[in-house]
Amino acid sequence: MEHHLPVLLIITPLVAAPLCVLVRQRLAVFGLSLTVCWATFAMAIMLLVRVLDSGEITYQLGGWSAPWGIEYRIDTLSAFVMLFVSGIGAIVLTFAPHSIAREIREDQHYLFFAEYLLCLTGLLGIAITGDLFNLFVFLEISSLSAYALISLGAREGVQQTRRALIAAFHYLVMGTIGATFILIGIGLLYMMTGTLNMADMAERLRAEVQINRKLMDVNETRTVLVAFAFLSVGISLKMALFPLHMWLPNAYTYAPSVVTAFLAATATKVSVYVLLRLIFTIVGASFAFEKLPLDTELMVLSLIGIVVASTTAIFQTNIKRMLAYSSVAQIGYIALGISFASLDGLTGAIVHLFNHALIKGGLFLAMGCLVLRLGSAELDDLRGIGRRMPWTMFAWVVGGLGLIGVPVTAGFISKWYLISAALERGWWPVALLVLLSSLLALVYVWRVVEAAYFQDSPEQHAEVTEAPAAMLIPTYVLIGATVFFGLWTSLSAGVAQQAAQLLLEVTP
Amino acid sequence: MNPETTIKLALALPLATAATTVFLGERQRNLRESFTLFGAVALFLVIAMLAPAVTSGARPAATLLEMIPGLAIAFEVEPLGMLFAMVASGLWIVTTCYSIGYMRAHHENHQTRFFVCFAVAIFAAVGAAMAANMFTLFVFYEVLTLSTYPLVTHHGTEAARKGGRTYLGILLFTSVAFLLLAVVWTWTIAGTLDFRPGGILAGKADNTVLCALLGLYVFGTGKAALMPFHRWLPAAMVAPTPVSALLHAVAVVKVGVFTVMKVAVYIFGIDLLRTTGISVWLMYVAGATILLASLVALTKDNLKARLAYSTISQLSYIVLGAMLANSWGVIGGSMHIAMHAVGKITLFFCAGAIYVTAHKTEISDMRGIGRTMPLTTFAFLLGSLSVIGLPPFGGSWSKWYLALGAAEAYQWPLVAVLMISSLLNIAYLIPIVVRGFFFAPVDGPEKPKIKEAPMLCVVPLCVTAVGGLALFFFAGRIYELLTPIAQLSGN
Repeated sequence: MEHHLPVLLIITPLVAAPLCVLVRQRLAVFGLSLTVCWATFAMAIMLLVRVLDSGEITYQLGGWSAPWGIEYRIDTLSAFVMLFVSGIGAIVLTFAPHSIAREIREDQHYLFFAEYLLCLTGLLGIAITGDLFNLFVFLEISSLSAYALISLGAREGVQQTRRALIAAFHYLVMGTIGATFILIGIGLLYMMTGTLNMADMAERLRAEVQINRKLMDVNETRTVLVAFAFLSVGISLKMALFPLHMWLPNAYTYAPSVVTAFLAATATKVSVYVLLRLIFTIVGASFAFEKLPLDTELMVLSLIGIVVASTTAIFQTNIKRMLAYSSVAQIGYIALGISFASLDGLTGAIVHLFNHALIKGGLFLAMGCLVLRLGSAELDDLRGIGRRMPWTMFAWVVGGLGLIGVPVTAGFISKWYLISAALERGWWPVALLVLLSSLLALVYVWRVVEAAYFQDSPEQHAEVTEAPAAMLIPTYVLIGATVFFGLWTSLSAGVAQQAAQLLLEVTP
Repeated sequence: MNPETTIKLALALPLATAATTVFLGERQRNLRESFTLFGAVALFLVIAMLAPAVTSGARPAATLLEMIPGLAIAFEVEPLGMLFAMVASGLWIVTTCYSIGYMRAHHENHQTRFFVCFAVAIFAAVGAAMAANMFTLFVFYEVLTLSTYPLVTHHGTEAARKGGRTYLGILLFTSVAFLLLAVVWTWTIAGTLDFRPGGILAGKADNTVLCALLGLYVFGTGKAALMPFHRWLPAAMVAPTPVSALLHAVAVVKVGVFTVMKVAVYIFGIDLLRTTGISVWLMYVAGATILLASLVALTKDNLKARLAYSTISQLSYIVLGAMLANSWGVIGGSMHIAMHAVGKITLFFCAGAIYVTAHKTEISDMRGIGRTMPLTTFAFLLGSLSVIGLPPFGGSWSKWYLALGAAEAYQWPLVAVLMISSLLNIAYLIPIVVRGFFFAPVDGPEKPKIKEAPMLCVVPLCVTAVGGLALFFFAGRIYELLTPIAQLSGN
């Protein structure tokens, strides 16, 4: 049993998803998905504990040994990613019932649960697999179900109406382009190495090959360079790295709040994981950063992205959209951390995956509470809400402080690592830019605070009351976690550092 | 009780007070306020228990948790922190009494929130005072900024929103953009952030870097209100008066100058500052702030605004003391933390008492106020004399040592600045008292009835007024407490 844990982690939600469609009955479906999500979370915890105890775990699917069969390979990084993806998945689903009752048509609720579980399967699968093609399959599972989940926001009567469909379609087009690029990249790599197993591929890329009577390393061939270009662009699209983020704001704005919370906290993060795998496990850091200028490229794009997206966020009137732009900026921080290619930088990037997942997840759950009561996420409707929904707004403010990165919140820990990584290299302008950009976050967070606490509520919201405890508790679990992991960092920063060490040691 | 427990208790007490306040809420306000008062007294006693050990040379320490591998939230009580913690917690007791009187007489809303945030702010101030490394100090510095924001914007009006915006904007901007950068930079250069006697930066970087770093520290500590980052302090005056009194004359601003002092003594080390001369330009920035702020204070008709600018000016005395980088400067500056606190809190208490009783905020309306509120006006006089620094008031000692320090550093222009500033202090404080006692009231009869503020307001302000007098005679104790830091500078 224990031995089969890796595969159980994936199979359980995968099997539960079609069951949801078969059962259809709302309460039963909810019960089933909730159990599955928490069970998945429990398994992810067990896996992380095992990995931390005894190092990397491999699992041969169906007993077919690698590189022929599909192999699941769990190191610290993947266990860590699975931990927070499944954790957020479980908490957000616990939050869901009231929220989807308002935002999703009743006859589509079973679809929501099925797609949610599929999406979770896909995201976990990406993190667990050691096989590049298998990774692509999981990426598509998660993406396709994400498109469908977003389109569920198209409920008549609720403000957003049909725009969710357009947003989902836009995401579908962009996402598919990204996926195609990734597939082309994988195909080219397969052509050059004849394997799809990542570890095996990494070895073979460093082998020698004779081309036109010239002896050269496989990873010096033009094919591999092209493959890498396709892969990195495709992944950047999926992770919404500036300027490939255009799909994200609409998708986050018009999706149901629960879906936004889940996707914002997990989907882009898992894509970052794929990028880390590509750079550090498959092609090697020296290839990406020394032979190719990926570090410079990531740094420039992420810095521009941080500033532009944070500035754009300031001018948004819809708070979900504002948070979406903030997500683009936060992806910039993560990419910036990767671009330093140092232990501190990489630790900062990995820990920010985790911290930002908690912060954004918590913030979007608070948004879910607000949308439940107000039917809108417009800044104008939020006026005076601090007095009507004090608990929700307090959670929002704490989450907002996390975004700014004030001490005692998780956001501060990430910022600390990023800044010390920048200063370690002597790049103080970069450090200053990171610090100044957190002040942009202060501006957009404080617009909401001032509206909520210093203005009078519009008349149509005079009767608004606090959100139900069933929603507040999950929100506070995530928000509480941002404070907890701002104080106690052995799990977050400690594990992230270990993961970063492993990634950096792998590279020659 | 061993010192470690004492330190933890000192941190837990204000938090426990905050928690009980939340729990008791508006309905049981007598009980709620008794608990606050109890918490304040207990905190002072607990901190006082550490004093003998610190005076005799011990350094009680405690480590709470490791926030980032290698960087712990840790505490160590040394003389400077001891002094500051005593001042902050001692004045918390007085202010609590005053707040109860003020808030009730004024029928303020959200009193529970007020007392909770107040307790959290004191927690942050005490934490900062006892910090064992720059990281801990920074964390508490930021907690203090955030916990005082709801206090500044307490009234929830448009003016409060604007004031709060300036307050938070400047304090967070400076601390995030400059101070945090300086802290991380120090961490990468020195590999540690511990406060060590003699500093941690000597020989770690060249003078240009050190000079830039010092600038980042001093300007990054926005709470020290060095020009041009002083605008937040007048903006914070929209807060209820007890907040202005304790936080914007004692806790918040003093955490600022305390940080500067700690950085000078324990991060750079006084010797390093003196031998390299990297702090000279900052002496002149501080000197300019002293004069300019005093001049601005002269033009203000709103009493709290005038006091705020006076505070800005007085804070720069302490910054100047730190930047002078000799034992007299350090002793004078550190002593001024206590002396100015007691004097300025008296003045703010008086301003609040006048506001609660006579509903007057503008100085020009306060003619003849001495006839209706003789006790308050007299206390205002005592407080003014202490701030000006005339014997027999505490403020005279700190200014004396600062002048000695400036002379020892051969900065004669700065000695002149100190003298001129004292004259300016007289010019903007004494007329208020003179008009109060000797001018006819603006309206009403020539000899009106005496109508003082509520008991709970008057007693505290008398206590602090007399405190300013008493400190003149107890300055020796403070001097003794501070000598170990001054000796670090080798002369």
